[in-house]
Amino acid sequence: MSEKRNISLLHCTVNGKERDDVVKDNLLLADYLREEIGLTGTKIGCDGGECGCCTVLIDGVPQHACLRLAATCQDAEIETIEALAEQNRLSALQRGFHEKLGTQCGFCTPGMIMAAEGLLRENPNPNEDEIRQGLAANICRCTGYIKIIEAVQFAVDELDSKGKAA
Amino acid sequence: MNEIKPTKSIGVRTPLVDGPEKVSGKALYSADFNPSDCLVGRIFRSPVSHAEIIDVDISAAQALPGVKAVITGDETDETFGILPVARFEYPLARDKVRYKGEPVACVAAIDVETAQKAIDLIKFKYKELPAYFTSQEAMAEGAVYIHDHREGNIEREVDFELGEVDEGFEAADFIMEETFNCAEIAQVQMEPHAAIAEYDPTRDFMTVHASTQVPYYGHLMLAKTLKMEESQIRMIKPFVGGGFGCRTECLNVELICALVARAAGGTVRIVVSREETFITHRGRPETDVEMKIGLTKDGMITAVDYKAIQRGGAFSGYGVVTILYSGGLMFGVYDLQAVRYKGLRVLTNTPPPGAMRGHGITDVRYAFESLLDKMAMELGIDTLEIRRKNLLQGPKYETLNEMFINSYGLPECLDWVEKASDWKKRKGKMGLYKGLGVACAHYPSGASKPVNWSGEPHATVHLKLDWDGSITLLTGAPEIGQGSTTMATQCAAEVLGLDISRFQSLTSDSKLTPKDNGSYSSRVTYMVGNASIDAATNLKTILLEAAAKKLEVKPEDVECLGEVYRAGTQDEGLTFNEVVKAALEGTGTITVKGNFDTLPESWGTKKYRGGAISGSMAYAYAAQVVEVSIDPETFDITVVKVWAAQDVGKALNPLAVEGQIEGSVWMGMGQAISEGTQYHNGLGITNSMLDYRVPTIVESPPIEVGIIESIDPHGPFGAKEAGETSLISFIPAFTNAIADALGVRPLDLPVTPDRLMELVENSTSNKKAAE
Repeated sequence: MSEKRNISLLHCTVNGKERDDVVKDNLLLADYLREEIGLTGTKIGCDGGECGCCTVLIDGVPQHACLRLAATCQDAEIETIEALAEQNRLSALQRGFHEKLGTQCGFCTPGMIMAAEGLLRENPNPNEDEIRQGLAANICRCTGYIKIIEAVQFAVDELDSKGKAA
Repeated sequence: MNEIKPTKSIGVRTPLVDGPEKVSGKALYSADFNPSDCLVGRIFRSPVSHAEIIDVDISAAQALPGVKAVITGDETDETFGILPVARFEYPLARDKVRYKGEPVACVAAIDVETAQKAIDLIKFKYKELPAYFTSQEAMAEGAVYIHDHREGNIEREVDFELGEVDEGFEAADFIMEETFNCAEIAQVQMEPHAAIAEYDPTRDFMTVHASTQVPYYGHLMLAKTLKMEESQIRMIKPFVGGGFGCRTECLNVELICALVARAAGGTVRIVVSREETFITHRGRPETDVEMKIGLTKDGMITAVDYKAIQRGGAFSGYGVVTILYSGGLMFGVYDLQAVRYKGLRVLTNTPPPGAMRGHGITDVRYAFESLLDKMAMELGIDTLEIRRKNLLQGPKYETLNEMFINSYGLPECLDWVEKASDWKKRKGKMGLYKGLGVACAHYPSGASKPVNWSGEPHATVHLKLDWDGSITLLTGAPEIGQGSTTMATQCAAEVLGLDISRFQSLTSDSKLTPKDNGSYSSRVTYMVGNASIDAATNLKTILLEAAAKKLEVKPEDVECLGEVYRAGTQDEGLTFNEVVKAALEGTGTITVKGNFDTLPESWGTKKYRGGAISGSMAYAYAAQVVEVSIDPETFDITVVKVWAAQDVGKALNPLAVEGQIEGSVWMGMGQAISEGTQYHNGLGITNSMLDYRVPTIVESPPIEVGIIESIDPHGPFGAKEAGETSLISFIPAFTNAIADALGVRPLDLPVTPDRLMELVENSTSNKKAAE
């Protein structure tokens, strides 16, 4: 019956919470997050894989949620912008984007921050070139990227000094 | 004891007041509203560029289970449009379709799949008409009229001659002319257009959330096309993902959404695709410019004669203003004493352009600055120096078209970029394939005459003070990412000497906030900033009076220190909360109002029809130096660095001003190096962000910003425009740098590597042929 109706039972973890959901096989991960769960922080800015607004972490790796079917995320760990704030405080990256004005209209911001989050987990001390390469799949139309680079550098410095303090 | 001081807000680097929502994913944009009973709206679009509509058969679509409404052009016979003189567009086409992708019908259904199935069941019968995709084709003799009332497919022709142009050219030692083509540009704001309309049939009441820069104009057009009372509509602008002018007029998306919601008797959300966002367009029109300049041998401009032809698409939109701006805004940068202009806005069967950032003047300024540069090089005059020679003698200065320049920081902008770029040492001496170029620009701080004249002030701000000591700033001004709410809060906070954390804000909700004309033509800082100052001043008067009564002194003897009000330095005074309590005694919650109106001297010229359009209270100025490096084999162009100086009057928030200037420079770079729409028989073939190439972070240059503060006499704390001028100056500075690097000068935009290679090869073979 379920095959005929093209639905699957999806088991995954979203922002640390285990979920079991019945999803249509053609449901995009971006729509699953936004429409089914109500996590609208993840944005959709294009018709598929062009802009990077929907970037989320799947098992720690930044990916376009608009190019991934939800049903293929079986047992995956998915993290979205809503999960980043730590203990009621914005994360270092979020503070960087806010305080350095790495965000203007804010529409690319969730995807941009998640791409940066993925980058910093892989490489906690990227140079400017590595930041540029790490964010190359994310378009911003407001900032000219100058303050986005500064925002990421702010987070790198914060995390670095935190690491040294620890 | 620490000295008590009012808190400073102006000139302080201030992160956006709505920043935390944006970085945490909590900010709600139009597409993020999804109530459980919400229907999905989908638009059926014309598959042809120009045709008579024979029939739109929606019977099969209506019969599909799950479909709640299907509407066509029959739904309303009311037109919409931003300009009262050019309101010829229907939300859904009637009688004719005029561009490929024009909305024809709309379905509201229970889910996306059903809506799409219903769209596929619509049978559209039409009779094709000849279609024109270039200005030249549309203007050719015998072309059918796209609109019956626009003969020859000319939407608007502008002609003026101010000063003695022929005499000016006679007095010139050196005259040159050149023809430029600038591709059509799209804003590509990150948020695709979206609207959610909630119709309440029991009250006949409509609530619309939409991605717009102009909720008030949207409100007017909703009432017109729905034939509803304006008071029966509530228009809300939630968070908006950028604008750059694509939403400075009401779009068909929000109107169709409301029409179909009413037909369905419920709530409908329409989120259009990126492709549909490109089709909705309202970008910068493709423009051909013929520019002619006369100079004396020492580089003084004697006359300018130019023509601009804009491919205006199928509907006017802002087009009449665009073609007028291309004329009127030639004035005000340099001292020009003789100018002739002819502008043609042409109707074509392509999507309608609009008022994109740098509206009307970008392409014309590019042509002027490019030709001036070329002539300076031929005369052996330094290209920065020739600009300096032709500066205005002011302020105060009145242009030939009666624009009043009350603040003019362009000389300082030139000084700054000259020094910062090490111009004198490096210009012309960087060797082959490397170069420096300079250019200037200006832009108004809001049009002094509103589009819809209502007799009301240009801007109104409310401040609500309540028992808890918090102040809520209420403004209709649409925050679209530019930081307008932060700016308005800073202005009020500065007057009251309070920290901005005392303030909350509520923006752009027609039920709660005072009306505002919208975020366009760089009007908000100047107008809403001034209204915010006025409101805060009025509130301060009330607080001073209340404090005086409590302290048993005269109001003029009370000193406001923000958190403390006191009578003299020895007085312990009252805390802000005590003053609030005193002020509310017997009256309750206080709401004060502040207004801003423009001065009649800024209302522009009557010397030619439509000339008033260029009138503004103040103009921002920019000078920019761009450094390029060109790969000798591939002709890939790298923008190595940009030095961008802009006279913003006063940087109310230097952080946001930098952000605006950097973003402008970068958007100008996109237009210069890679952007441009293309059509194949009217079909957009660049309607994705892969085919329409905006620069990525990898190819974006370092930008050094020089903020020049000329302190405008009427601006809020002296402030002027900050978000458009530097886009305009980038483009000519860039091609001027290429001319410095290669000795050949690109004329057509964008300057792609293949075009540049062709240009160099042609110039080399021409030289060889001449030898």
